[in-house]
Amino acid sequence: MRTLQKFHGGVHPPQHKAESNCLPILAAPLPKRVIVPLRQHLGTPAKVHVKIGDHVLKGQMIGIANGYISAAVHAPTSGTVSAIDLHAIPHPSGLPDLCIRIEADGEDRWIEHQAVDYKTADPDTVRAVLRDAGIVGLGGAAFPTYVKLNPGQQGKIRTLVLNGAECEPWITSDDVLMRERAAEIVEGIKIMAHLMQPEKVLIGIEDNKPEAIAAMQAVCRSVNLEQAANFEVVPVPTLYPGGGEKQLIKVLTGKEVPSGQRPLNIGVVCANVATAYTVHRAINHGEPVISRIVTVTGNVQRPQNFEVLIGTPLGEIIQLAGGAAADTSHYLIGGPMMGFDLTNLDAPLTKATNCIIAASPALFPPKPAAMPCIRCGQCAQACPADLQPQELFWFSQSKNFDKACAYNLFDCIECGCCDYVCPSHIPLVSYFRFAKSEIAMQNCEKAAAEQAREHFEFKKQREEREKQEKAARMAEKAAAAAAAKAAATANGEAEDPAIAAKKAAIQAAVERTKAKKAEAAAAASTNTTEPS
Amino acid sequence: MSSPHILTAGSKVSTIMLLVLVALLPAIAAYYFFFGPAILISLTLASATALATEAMMLKLRSYPVKFFLADGSAILTGWLLALSIPPLAPWWLIVVGTAFAIIVAKHLYGGLGNNLFNPAMAGFAVLMISFPAIMTHWPTPLMLAQHPVGLAEALRYYFSGALQGVNLDAVTMATPLDTLKTQLSLQHTVGEVKHMPIYGSFGGKGGEVVAAMYLLGGLFLLQQRIITWHTPVSFLVTLALVAAVFNGINPTHYASPMFHLFTGGAMLGAFFIATDYVTAPTTPKGKLIFGTGVGILEYVIRVFGGYPDGVAFSILIMNAAVPLIDAYTQPRVFGHNT
Ligand code: SF4
Ligand code: SF4
Repeated sequence: MRTLQKFHGGVHPPQHKAESNCLPILAAPLPKRVIVPLRQHLGTPAKVHVKIGDHVLKGQMIGIANGYISAAVHAPTSGTVSAIDLHAIPHPSGLPDLCIRIEADGEDRWIEHQAVDYKTADPDTVRAVLRDAGIVGLGGAAFPTYVKLNPGQQGKIRTLVLNGAECEPWITSDDVLMRERAAEIVEGIKIMAHLMQPEKVLIGIEDNKPEAIAAMQAVCRSVNLEQAANFEVVPVPTLYPGGGEKQLIKVLTGKEVPSGQRPLNIGVVCANVATAYTVHRAINHGEPVISRIVTVTGNVQRPQNFEVLIGTPLGEIIQLAGGAAADTSHYLIGGPMMGFDLTNLDAPLTKATNCIIAASPALFPPKPAAMPCIRCGQCAQACPADLQPQELFWFSQSKNFDKACAYNLFDCIECGCCDYVCPSHIPLVSYFRFAKSEIAMQNCEKAAAEQAREHFEFKKQREEREKQEKAARMAEKAAAAAAAKAAATANGEAEDPAIAAKKAAIQAAVERTKAKKAEAAAAASTNTTEPS
Repeated sequence: MSSPHILTAGSKVSTIMLLVLVALLPAIAAYYFFFGPAILISLTLASATALATEAMMLKLRSYPVKFFLADGSAILTGWLLALSIPPLAPWWLIVVGTAFAIIVAKHLYGGLGNNLFNPAMAGFAVLMISFPAIMTHWPTPLMLAQHPVGLAEALRYYFSGALQGVNLDAVTMATPLDTLKTQLSLQHTVGEVKHMPIYGSFGGKGGEVVAAMYLLGGLFLLQQRIITWHTPVSFLVTLALVAAVFNGINPTHYASPMFHLFTGGAMLGAFFIATDYVTAPTTPKGKLIFGTGVGILEYVIRVFGGYPDGVAFSILIMNAAVPLIDAYTQPRVFGHNT
C-alpha cells in the first residue's frame, strides 16, 4: 500500500452520486443542429476553417488551433454550416461567443480518419495529432493536452498522475466512464506514458467509487503483467476538493506544486481519466473530440450519464433525462461547489461541460442573508490552500487589495470550502473573485500607464540624445574650424597651432563628458522610476 | 448566483451560540446545587438586559433588530458575565455590567465580530474596578451555610438590598482564592489553609464541581468542533506548569497546580471566554500563544496581583495583542516555501 499524504482542510458535502451512477451510459440520438464554440479550451480560440454553406463531414476540422495554447474544434456530425456568429455558451459570464452552427444532414458520415502508431511515430508528431484532434483537459479547466504532454526543458518526468477523483458532488461522468471503459482509458494512459516516460503512473480515484476502482485495477493488473508497465490505481480518501490538481498531487506524491508554478516544475504531469480516453480515441482510432460523457442529474425525471455530441443544445440533453420537474428553479453547469448558473438552455454542450444539474429550491435552498464575520476560523480550517479566508474577506471588503495580495489571495483556488462552512453565510468566494478581478484590472491599468510612461521616457531620451549628438557635432566642427584657422594663420600673429589644437581637443572632451553625464542622468532617472 | 451553491446544513451563528449556552448548563446546574438559586436570578437579569440593550443598539445603528437579536450572541455575553460575578448582589450590578458589555464593549467597537475586547470580561472589569466591595461577596456553599438563601430570599435581596434577619456577611464569604491569599499573608502555610472548611478535594468546596462541569461543557464544545483544543490546552497547561514550578520551589507558600486549575474562573475562562471567536486569534499558532499568555498572566495576577482572580484581566490584556498575534502567526500557504 502506498502511504498517502493529506492536504489541509477540505469538506464533506453530501455526495449525491447514487442518483446518476446506477444506470449505464446512454448514447444520445443525433441532434438536428449542433452549435460548436470556437473557444472550448483555455488559450486562444480556434480559427474558423469553414465558410457558411460548406458541407462538412463528421470529425472534419472546422476550427484550427491558433497559436501554442489552443486546440482545434471539429464537426460533431455531417451537415451544412448554416451560421458562424455569436451564440450563447455555457460560461460563468453568461456572455455569448463565436460559434459555428451546423445543420445535421442525418447521415452522420465520418471523414476519412486513421490511427497513428504512437510507438514508432516521433513524439512531436503524436503531440501535433493530439492538438489537431482538439484534445483538452476534460476535468473542467480544458487546458490543451498536447501542451501538457510536452516535458520540454524540464527533462525527467517522475510521476504521471491520472485524476479520477471526481470530488465534486452530483457529478459521475468519470465514474461511469471508468466503470464501462476502463480498458480504453488505460490505452490512453499508455500513450501518455509513452510520450512522457514517467518513472511511475498513479491513478487516483476517490474511495467512494469502488466499482470504478475495481474496473481500473483489473485492467491495470493485466496491462502491468503483459507489458511490464507499472500503472498503480490508488484509492484516495473522499474529501472535497481531493480532485483538485494540486491537492491530488499532494495526496499521491506528498509534493506541493509551488505557488504560481505548474506540476511540471516538480516533475509531475496530471491529466483527467476522461482526457486519457479521448487520447486513446484520437491516436488509436483517429477520432477527434466530438462527444463527451455528461451527467444530467438533480431535479430531472431520470438522472443518468449520456454520451452526447459536442454542440448539442443543453436543453435537449435535459430532455434525454426525462426533462426537469416542475419546481425546477434554475440549472447548474458543473458541480455545486465550483459550478455556475446556466443562463440559456440553447447554449451547447462543450468539451468542458461534465454535468448539468437541474436545481430546485428543495435541493439547493437559497442562501440565507449574510451576517458579520465572527472570526470563528471555520473557513481557515476548511481551506485546502491554507489561507485565512476571514482575513482575505476583510481586505477584499475594505478594498485593501495590497494586503489581500500579501495574504496570498491569488493562491485561492475558488473551491468554495470556506463559503460552505461559514456559519455567517458570507459569500466569501464572490468577494475573492471580485478582489482578484479588481486587482487584475488595476494591474492592467498600471501596465498601460507604465507603457505610456516608458514611451514618454523613451522619447525624452531620444530627444536628449539627439541634442547631445548635435552638441558633440558642433564641438567637433568648432574644433576643426579652430584647427583650420590655426593652421591658416600658422605663421601669423595668432595662436600657436599646437595650442589651438589642444584647446579644441579639450573643448571636444568637455562636450563629450557633458553628453555622457546627461546620458547617465537620464538612465538613472529611468531606473529610479521603475517600480520595484 | 455564484458558486458554491450549497452550504453546510444547519450551520448558523445562532446554532453555535446555542450550543455554547447548552454547554454551560451542567455548570449552571452544579452552581445552583452548591450555591443556591440566586444564580438563576442573575442569569435572567443578564439575559433581559443583554437583549434589551442589544435591541436598542441595533436600532440606533439601523440594523435589522430581529435578525441580529436571534443570533444569541448577546445572551451568551450576559451569561458569561453573570457566571463571573457574585450571584447574590443588588440587581443593578449585573444590569450595569451587562449594559456596559453590550453597549460599549460590543457595539461602540463596531458590533458583532468587530469588538477588540471580550464584552463580558470588559463588563467584569468595569464592575471590579467600580464596585470592588460587592464583587468580593460570594455565597457560602450551601453545605456550610447557616442560613441557606432561598429563591424568595435571594429575590428580596436583589431588589431591596437587604436580607431578613441576617446581614450579607453571614451568607457570603471570600472566595477560596481570596481566602488563600489572605491566610498566606497571615503566615499560614498552604497545607494549613487547605484544611479550612471552604476547601474541597482540590479546589473550593462546590466550586471545584462547578469547575469540573465547565470542563465537561468544554469537552462537549471540542467534540462539536465549536472550539479547537489550542486555546484551552495551552491556557490550562501553562497555568498548571507555572503553578507546578512555584509549588515545587515552595509548597508551603504556593498552592498545587490542581488547586489553580479547579478554583476561580480558570475552567470557565479556558473553555468559554478565551475561546471567544471574535476576540481571540484565529490561527492555530496564535491560539497557542494567546492561551499561554493568558495562563501566565492569570497566575501572576492571581498570586502576586491585587485581585482575587486574574482571568478577566489576563484575557483582556491578551485581547489587545490579538491583531498582532494573528499578523505574525499566519500559517504557511500551500505551495509556499516548499
Ligand atoms: S467562517 Fe465565516 S464567520 Fe467564520 S471566520 Fe470565516 S468568514 Fe468569518
Ligand atoms: S475558495 Fe479560496 S479561500 Fe476559500 S477555501 Fe477555497 S482556496 Fe480557500
